[in-house]
Amino acid sequence: MATPVKVYGPAMSTAVSRVLACLLEKNVDFQLVPVNLSKGEQKKPDFRKIQPFSQVPAFEDEGICLFESRAICRYICEKYTDKGNKGLYGTNPVARASIDQWLEAEGQSFNPPSSVLVFQLAFAPRMKIKQDQVVIKQNEEKLSKVLGIYEKRLGETRFLAGDEFSLADLSHLPNTQYLVTTSGRGELFTSRKNVGRWWNEISSRDSWKKVVDMQNKGA
Amino acid sequence: MAGIKVHGSPFSTAAARVLATLYEKEVEFEFVPVDMRAGEHKKEAFLSINPFGQVPGFEHGDLKLFESRAITKYVANEYAGKGTDLVFGDSKKKAIIGVWMEVEAHQFDPVASKLVWELAAKPAYGMGDTDKAVVEENEAKLVKVLDVYESRLAESKYLGCESFTLVDLHHLPCINYLMGTEIKKLFDSRPHVSAWIADITSRPAWSKVVAMQKRQ
Repeated sequence: MATPVKVYGPAMSTAVSRVLACLLEKNVDFQLVPVNLSKGEQKKPDFRKIQPFSQVPAFEDEGICLFESRAICRYICEKYTDKGNKGLYGTNPVARASIDQWLEAEGQSFNPPSSVLVFQLAFAPRMKIKQDQVVIKQNEEKLSKVLGIYEKRLGETRFLAGDEFSLADLSHLPNTQYLVTTSGRGELFTSRKNVGRWWNEISSRDSWKKVVDMQNKGA
Repeated sequence: MAGIKVHGSPFSTAAARVLATLYEKEVEFEFVPVDMRAGEHKKEAFLSINPFGQVPGFEHGDLKLFESRAITKYVANEYAGKGTDLVFGDSKKKAIIGVWMEVEAHQFDPVASKLVWELAAKPAYGMGDTDKAVVEENEAKLVKVLDVYESRLAESKYLGCESFTLVDLHHLPCINYLMGTEIKKLFDSRPHVSAWIADITSRPAWSKVVAMQKRQ
């Protein structure tokens, strides 16, 4: 039996949970290795050898060390093509191009404002850091514009890249989970008919439920 | 299949990324200028290609794509046998190349783009005074990224692997603008970064993109 891949970082980290969701979709066994962020473990030289930007996750599979959650996800899909959800990263070049397009849209347009909101609304209070209302408002406006575009797109297709669930949808799960359940701003998503429908569908997947469970258990 | 069309402006860093790739792959294409000052990129015709109202937009026959990094990957794979090899290698090599592509997209570009806007675009287009606080904040962030690059380029000739790939190419548009600003000193003071920049900016395909910018 192959050695389980290793994922370094806590499940509550949005980027770590992105990788966990992908591993679970692909039925790839993994071992979650804790990294104590509040103690600054990610800034220590040993950790920086595998992740020079001092961020989580880091990842290891058969001697290959990787970082950047979206790169790790793509690697998992390409290495374990025949495992689990086979269409997660597309089964032909055109499907893949569409998934890449929406994965980039997530990374470049959705992630920046939603990450700021996740920090301000979900994490800052726990960390006893003062929220910045100006920053919150600016990023709500940005995120609203993006979700307006998603609303139109999701009226044309069932999922972002087409009619099948893909890595592009998966990539949105971590930030959206916090925003819908913890931030008090869930109506950004739930008040939009198509976005709301899409969120219900993608967040009910077994793989994501397992990740949320891990988060709730403090993994 | 009908030919390739790129919609945008050669001054756009994202459009330049796609143009550089097409030149590297020696693939014919039609460039369709988008008048951004007139707001053409926010109008229905363009939005049907990119609903985010950003350049570039890309067409290949019936296929429409947006997001420069998705487009460059598509072109590099579609024309794998032509021109410069930009995505290749065994799964380990590809995985590491994939990591550094994300580094460019998420660590380098957000910071570099802000500096390009403040130090190059605003003055060139008369769009207001440079915001010194933004420059200072992003310069500090860029220093951290460039320190990682300096270490990486001490062990690897190019960022992704021993050969030029999309990883390096994706950096060209921002680096090109930043070399004309005070940021140049941050590159010059790092020998491996500096050598890498000299190498990638002297590629003939990149010179063609610069020539397009100069012709406007």
